[in-house]
Amino acid sequence: MSKQYETVIGLEVHVELATKTKIFCSCSTEFGGLPNAHTCPVCTGMPGSLPVLNKKVVEYAVAVGLATNCTINQYCKFDRKNYFYPDNPQNYQISQLYLPICQNGSIEIETTLGKKKIGIHEIHMEEDAGKLIHDEWEDCSLVDFNRSGVPLIEIVSEPDMRSAEEVIAYLDKLRLIIQYLGASDCKLQEGSMRADINLSVREIGTEKYGTRTEMKNLNSFKAITRAIEGERARQIELIEEGKAVVQETRRWDDNKEYSYAMRSKEDAKDYRYFPEPDLAPIDISNEWIQQIKEKQPELRDEKRLRYQKEYDIPEYDINILTSSKKLADIFENTIALCQKPKEVSNWLMVETMRLLKEEEKDPEDISFSPINLSKLIKLIETGVINRTVAKEVFEVIFREDIDPETYVEENGLKTVNDEGMLYRVVEEIIKANPQSVNDYYSGKTKALGFLVGQTMKQMKGKVDPGKVNKILLELLGREE
Amino acid sequence: MELMGLTAVELGKKIQAGEVKVKEALDAAYKQIEKVEGTIHSFVTIEKEEAYQCANKVQQLIDTKKLTSILSGVPVAIKDNMCTKGLRTTCSSKILENFVPSYTAEAVKNLEKAGAIIIGKTNMDEFAMGSTTETSFYGITKNPWNTAHVPGGSSGGSCTAVAAEECSFALGSDTGGSIRQPSSFCGVTGIKPTYGTISRYGLIAYGSSLDQIGPIAKDVTDCAVILETISSYDPKDSTSIKRESYHFTSALKDSVKGMRIGIPRDYFTDGLEEEVKESILQVADILKEKGAIVEEFDLSLVEYAIPAYYIIASAEASSNLARFDGVKYGYRTKEYEGLHNMYKKTRSEGFGAEVKRRIMLGSFVLSSGYYDAYYLKALRTKALIKQAFDKAFQSFDVILAPASPTTAPLIGESLNDPIKMYLGDIYTVAVNLAGLPGITVPCGLDKKGLPIGVQFLGDCFMEEKIIRAAYTFEQTKKYIRCPICEKGGNQHE
Repeated sequence: MSKQYETVIGLEVHVELATKTKIFCSCSTEFGGLPNAHTCPVCTGMPGSLPVLNKKVVEYAVAVGLATNCTINQYCKFDRKNYFYPDNPQNYQISQLYLPICQNGSIEIETTLGKKKIGIHEIHMEEDAGKLIHDEWEDCSLVDFNRSGVPLIEIVSEPDMRSAEEVIAYLDKLRLIIQYLGASDCKLQEGSMRADINLSVREIGTEKYGTRTEMKNLNSFKAITRAIEGERARQIELIEEGKAVVQETRRWDDNKEYSYAMRSKEDAKDYRYFPEPDLAPIDISNEWIQQIKEKQPELRDEKRLRYQKEYDIPEYDINILTSSKKLADIFENTIALCQKPKEVSNWLMVETMRLLKEEEKDPEDISFSPINLSKLIKLIETGVINRTVAKEVFEVIFREDIDPETYVEENGLKTVNDEGMLYRVVEEIIKANPQSVNDYYSGKTKALGFLVGQTMKQMKGKVDPGKVNKILLELLGREE
Repeated sequence: MELMGLTAVELGKKIQAGEVKVKEALDAAYKQIEKVEGTIHSFVTIEKEEAYQCANKVQQLIDTKKLTSILSGVPVAIKDNMCTKGLRTTCSSKILENFVPSYTAEAVKNLEKAGAIIIGKTNMDEFAMGSTTETSFYGITKNPWNTAHVPGGSSGGSCTAVAAEECSFALGSDTGGSIRQPSSFCGVTGIKPTYGTISRYGLIAYGSSLDQIGPIAKDVTDCAVILETISSYDPKDSTSIKRESYHFTSALKDSVKGMRIGIPRDYFTDGLEEEVKESILQVADILKEKGAIVEEFDLSLVEYAIPAYYIIASAEASSNLARFDGVKYGYRTKEYEGLHNMYKKTRSEGFGAEVKRRIMLGSFVLSSGYYDAYYLKALRTKALIKQAFDKAFQSFDVILAPASPTTAPLIGESLNDPIKMYLGDIYTVAVNLAGLPGITVPCGLDKKGLPIGVQFLGDCFMEEKIIRAAYTFEQTKKYIRCPICEKGGNQHE
């Protein structure tokens, strides 16, 4: 029988923090904009410029540290990591090596195998680099420093994960914690959350870790799963063939489902780290930590418990509603306006989810306001519109965040309550469809449905179909 | 009236009084530049057009009493490592030969606010690395007292411009003595204040933890006034310190009665030239006569200051100078293949020998496996040196010291023997390591007719004491103009 192998995985996760300004200057962190629009002497590495630390970065890092059960280093420092690359304007990155802000934490994940604790080695603060654009046409490279100086935290886990499932559970848990804290939107696709995977394999029962590789360029959960499986297989194959795994950095190509060696340990750079002389050490007082703790919002696990207690909705709904901070916020804010938890939940669980899926979006991308959803619910409740019309109106709310009251008014979508008029329309429909009326009299009950449909069509859906049915039966009975 | 022979304060007062127009002051400066610049070469860039435009504006503001600073309308020269918006800033390096900053250094801004007129950017050792102003890509600067000698460095051009009266005062920067040593060689006065007193924003960094900007002028009064003008708490510089008081001029008092002055025995050993030694000890005698209590003491750790300094300054420099890579600004090599080759050729061609030496030294002491043995050890030494000064300042108000073991060496003498040149910094580098303030004032001439300077060192934030000691001593001597200024028959006073 062939040998059994165990995969050992540790993660380095970079998260872009949601500060309004950059980590060392007051330039905007806004995504997009013309190249180099959000730059200044500091984030373009102009001679003589100096960094000034954005306090908000420290607060977010501490908040994430507290939420992941880390020890906060109340005296911490920045260090310079020296390397040459054109996206790095100073040719050094301001990061933390010797005294990172948070250490020795852990979070609990849940997989099909049950609950498990994953250790967090450290969390440190650093600055992001600019972006290189290779212009094939002009045969040159251009640098956009808009992203240069955007604050990052790097969360380094212990090598505690053993499968892709655990890795995904860990990342998902981290994402939720950070999103709930409001520290980042954590979008893998847009790069505001980036995960590098350190992976090695060893025979089950062995104490010693195997030689690990580091995998980069993973921008979706699916890519991560495929990369883990691919790398595990590659390493096992090497071992089975009697070859050695080389300690190296590899780049995952998700289209080809294959990784390429980028650099090995032998040509690993010497970053010549040393304490950043332009920044004073950071003193994080007990009072400051206390303030951050007090500002800490309710995290997902707490929220789930509260929903169970406060709202009469199934656990399945609770899990989905709390799977995104944005969704939970909309849920709670809408309830605050209309006091209909079940109704709000239904709109979010069914229509919202359907539309998100249709447009290939995340709950984080939801752009409608709770007030408009609550108004919509009131319009249904008071019988101003029926559910069929409501669904159409909701689509417009979802896309354009319109005020449903105005929209219904302007587009004449109100349910018609003028009975006299309804009687006249039904009479017209009966006259216009003698064949269907005959069919109905000869026992084809389906014909009645057709006549209801015709009436609804004539009324542009603005009537209660039950009412139409009732009038039809009444009028057809009189004819008899 | 010979305007450039006046101190900055004297000229400023005349301008405020309406006796002298700003334009006349500028004319006088440019006339003097025309006369001596060809001989001594203080400047990398001389700016006329902008200066005269500025002079017009300043004159109007003075006339309408909107500008009342004593430095309004006074011509100033700025060391070429401070960024000046729209005015080329080279650090005397080829790598920045075409670099025009998009912003102005905070200290220079403070001067501009006061109405001082920038007339040009002064020559220096490339990136402030050197003690002679011989490593500039734009040619050497000569000592106006004797053009066969160096002016000292790295703020050599600023000191010669003041000594030769090409400007009324200048700004320099001091990482290991770069204001105090050339001030001594050129017979002028210069202050390096406590680290954090003057914003470093816009000062192109050499050794970030050691660099400070400071004034260079004809006397202590000027220096105190300038220091008061350029100092400020700057939130753009995280190492800037909010001081309780910036009123340095209140220290201009002719009194050292009861002041405790320490002379470090370890500073008066073999390496010190006899003439310099005598001159410094004379200063001690004069101050004693004026009521100071002068005592000798052992400072200790003196021999460790130079190695610690060169390790820390070079390490920081190796990283600070990494940004000069030909990508964003400054010089880029003409022909190259690929990125790595571009970096290599640009930096090989753009930097001079001394800069390369320090980048290599700095990269070495930071590299893995050597960090603990060199850089970390140097940081510990730095802390111990600070402790030694702390101890000394428990017993003394001011420490009296030479500024340099010798007077200005001959041109070419130092660069052949860099170790000897480094050792020449023995009396200045410890002050930067400990972050202390220091002032150099002229105290005499040697037999060759070259100036000797004396240093007063104080505890952190104790500029008041060194200014008072220096001012008191200065009252006992007449300012000696350098011979080049006398040529043309104009008489001083």
